[in-house]
Amino acid sequence: MVLVVGAGRVGAAVAKSSLAAGHTVSVLDEDPLSHERLDAGQPTSWEDAGGRFTVGTAIEIDALLAAGIAEADIFIAATRGDNTNILVGQIAQKRFGVPRVVVRVLDPARSDWYAEQGLHTICAVKHAIKMFEQAVLEPVSG
Amino acid sequence: MYVIVVGGGKVGLNLARELIRNGQEVTLVEGDRRAYLRIEQELEHAVQYGDGTELWVLERAGIQRADLVVAVTGDDEDNILICQVAKEKYLCERIIARCNNPRNLQHFKLLGIQPAVSATDLILNLIEHEVPGHGLVHLLDLPDEKLEIIEVEVIDGAPAAGLRVADISLPEGSLIISVLPRGKAGFVPKPDTVIKPGDEVLVVLDPGLEPSITAQFAPNGRGG
Repeated sequence: MVLVVGAGRVGAAVAKSSLAAGHTVSVLDEDPLSHERLDAGQPTSWEDAGGRFTVGTAIEIDALLAAGIAEADIFIAATRGDNTNILVGQIAQKRFGVPRVVVRVLDPARSDWYAEQGLHTICAVKHAIKMFEQAVLEPVSG
Repeated sequence: MYVIVVGGGKVGLNLARELIRNGQEVTLVEGDRRAYLRIEQELEHAVQYGDGTELWVLERAGIQRADLVVAVTGDDEDNILICQVAKEKYLCERIIARCNNPRNLQHFKLLGIQPAVSATDLILNLIEHEVPGHGLVHLLDLPDEKLEIIEVEVIDGAPAAGLRVADISLPEGSLIISVLPRGKAGFVPKPDTVIKPGDEVLVVLDPGLEPSITAQFAPNGRGG
């Protein structure tokens, strides 16, 4: 089972593709309206497609349990807050023993350090910086 | 001693002020521009502007040489992570974290962020201390040392009521260190001190022994 915390652009997209790939998917977000992102562009509603959605705060244990963290094999932390993601990722890893935990961290420095500590972090900012550098600094071909 | 205080709200600012008055070297880190400018009027170079959860901000504040890092922002996630990097990345020996929501205390414990100070719990402890007849009060918990001190009121009809200290059957690993008779000064008991109903006793004990202590002094499930 895949548990996605944070149904923003990243979280909702990964939740949808995980569901399409045949996984059981549960999404937790504190904003009930974020559910719309899960329905957008789909022929059926998120629930009709087999998805789960829970309204709750990421670092509340009750909310994590309601969203099914005890059964999760894969945990994705993709809220808008780096600090929430890093904390809830460690809760998933250390308290619930979720085997695969992936955490979105925008801050490159802490993405690197927490990766060294054994947290699988993904830093979009690092990729953006690299692409900008390539676009700006590499000689124009032709 | 060099102290970094992260969070310039009421707690952080007053803390920084007191520490400076006591002659300590202090840097306060505040992430809100307006609050920073206001604090700077008073603390001048002892306050820095920035998000205290970012590594470069902590490094600019000199975290490598800090003897103590105190994280007292209004955000528990921030306080946990500030203390986590202080302890594990910069090997700062002493940290103190503020826990705003007592429900988050378990996260501080999970990640080894100790001590975590919760104002709500402090006030609750005070209430338990002030409200008479509330059974058992935790006065001190030393989880690392595996010791705690509790205060318990002796109720009428309890097994220990009317007994000499030497005759009370307390479990191995516990000791009565003080007797506080109602309305009188407390004292350290001798083996022949008689414990009376209404007395409060302070007991030092190994964690986990509370049930057998309350069974002696305050049975009937009044212990907390």
